[in-house]
Amino acid sequence: MFEKALVGSKRYWTWIFFLLGVIGIGFITYLQQFKLGLGITGLSRDVSWGLYIGQFTFLVGVAASAVMLVIPYYLHDFKKFGKIVILGEFLAVSAVTMCILFIFVDMGQPMRIMNVILHPTPNSIMFWDSVVLGGYLGLNIIIGWATLHADKKGIRPAAWVKPLIYLSIPWAVSIHTVTAFLYAGLPGRHFWLSAIMAARFLASAFAGGPALLIILALIVRKFTKFDPGKEPIQAIGKIVTYAMIANVFFLLLEIFTAAYSSIPGHTYPFKYLYFGLEGHARLVPLMWASSILAIVSLVLLIFPSIRRNESMLALACIALFVSLWIDKGFGLIIGGFVPNMFEKITEYWPTLPETIITISVWAVGFLVLTILYKVAVSVREETAGVELEH
Amino acid sequence: MSMDRREFLKIAGSSTFLATIGIGAGWILSRPGEFLEASQFSQTKELMKAKQWAMVVDMRKFKTEEDYKKIINACHKIHNVPDFGNPKDEIKWIWSETFDHAFPGQENEFMPEQMKHKPFILLCNHCENPPCVRVCPTKATFKRKDGITMQDLHRCIGCRYCMAACPFGARSFNYRDPRPFIKEPNPEYPTRMIGVVEKCTFCEERLAKGQMPACVEASNGALTFGDITDPNSEVRKLLNANYTVRRKAELGTRPVVYYILDIPTSVVPGGEGNV
Repeated sequence: MFEKALVGSKRYWTWIFFLLGVIGIGFITYLQQFKLGLGITGLSRDVSWGLYIGQFTFLVGVAASAVMLVIPYYLHDFKKFGKIVILGEFLAVSAVTMCILFIFVDMGQPMRIMNVILHPTPNSIMFWDSVVLGGYLGLNIIIGWATLHADKKGIRPAAWVKPLIYLSIPWAVSIHTVTAFLYAGLPGRHFWLSAIMAARFLASAFAGGPALLIILALIVRKFTKFDPGKEPIQAIGKIVTYAMIANVFFLLLEIFTAAYSSIPGHTYPFKYLYFGLEGHARLVPLMWASSILAIVSLVLLIFPSIRRNESMLALACIALFVSLWIDKGFGLIIGGFVPNMFEKITEYWPTLPETIITISVWAVGFLVLTILYKVAVSVREETAGVELEH
Repeated sequence: MSMDRREFLKIAGSSTFLATIGIGAGWILSRPGEFLEASQFSQTKELMKAKQWAMVVDMRKFKTEEDYKKIINACHKIHNVPDFGNPKDEIKWIWSETFDHAFPGQENEFMPEQMKHKPFILLCNHCENPPCVRVCPTKATFKRKDGITMQDLHRCIGCRYCMAACPFGARSFNYRDPRPFIKEPNPEYPTRMIGVVEKCTFCEERLAKGQMPACVEASNGALTFGDITDPNSEVRKLLNANYTVRRKAELGTRPVVYYILDIPTSVVPGGEGNV
């Protein structure tokens, strides 16, 4: 099936080479970081994780969100997701690829990455995160490829695919739970030390991932002959709405606990993020932008009459995605480090090389996504009109 | 039985994959010695032995800036700690921080100024229940049998999870190549490479030779070092005779660096003239 990615329109190849160009620039920048060290980033002794780990965390959520299509389709027999579920699975593949790359570029000694496997350490959450992410990547590649291949031939997928699909459901929940546990179990990091962290991660994932999927589905419809259908997109829109409401609710719970208890360690990160602390307020505009975008997206999503208009739905999804990207891909990580362990403030802002490397990892993700979607769409274009049954 | 190209590639691919795993596993299992954990090596060479090394810092004995400097310099000099001249990339094993930052939340607005802004000597707490060891994905940071929280800098992958986990800010990362920034390199002690995390080791290399840690030696008796499990040790005698505090003890990491506070005599009831 892969050969389908090797034939395409001029527009397809322009996009591919554009991505390759961005990746090339990022690769050269990464070589510089590899040689000079992470000192070329904005990271410091006090804020030792930043944009890279933020992107990793955010993208684990995007990857996990495939389950929001798998559950209705495979557990509730919601047939309308039949055409689109493959887009969710391939989005997960692309997102996990980016997660692994973001971990890689964040490492001080990347050539030693195999030490995690050579010296397996079950007491480390990071060890488990690498296990569950690797497994999830494998599951989605196998499931996506097997179901698509069956569709191409117009037959049902092999019997062994079903158990893997069922396994992928709790597995998706596990990847984001374990990622939340990276943060939620650290003594002294008050901002992260919250039992609702994993639940909040899942809620934001199930809002942000499907929102991205709606945007992608609309792009696919615009540029190819494959139409994911109006109804599935509306159904995902409902999922996004509920998940976003849950996510905002969970965030408000965090704010209540910090604010009403007034325990200084718990309030400082929120004060820093939303109002600034002792004159340091670099993240304040971003955090408020995130809040405003969240409200805008909710207003557009909650009213069915607005949501049913696909351009408004797309607008809502873009606002929501950017809002969550700021909140989780940036604020959540930095808030854990400010103020530092001495209640002093060191601010963080990514440098140019760090930003270029980040963009190019996203470009790798888009490249993987484009190739996989090209294959999926080509198969779908061929089998158009044939009712799919998994 | 005929086999098409696809079928062949499938079988060839999966058998190569399985063979790689098999050979890899065999290779690891055939070399048990090479894959011993650093923490499994015995420390028979040591002249100084303990079940849990600990330190008592007597803040009453810190009077001038010089008292801090000579301790910090003694450590950083022999351990080839670089000086980048900027706080972003800073590496420090032992340093000073005022009371309100060393013990955040313990200060109050009415406490005597000399107390609130008194610098405290800070270093790795060599916790008995260290979060850094718990989170390390490669066991590069581990607990030795003598209680020292040690690190294997050849195994560290530079993920900095330990830095996120340490509630005491004791860990530094080599954001840049440290070697050009070591003023007078000490050939007796290794320098570090880019991209690994480091911190105080309670001078395990000196303990192995029967010497006290460098900071203790340079402190004129302000720092006391010994085995906290031995009731007759100097540290236990001090803990027995003085009121001591530890940084963030409420977090349950069980730090073993104790502080005797320098309470101004004028604020102790009947303190003045009673000393």
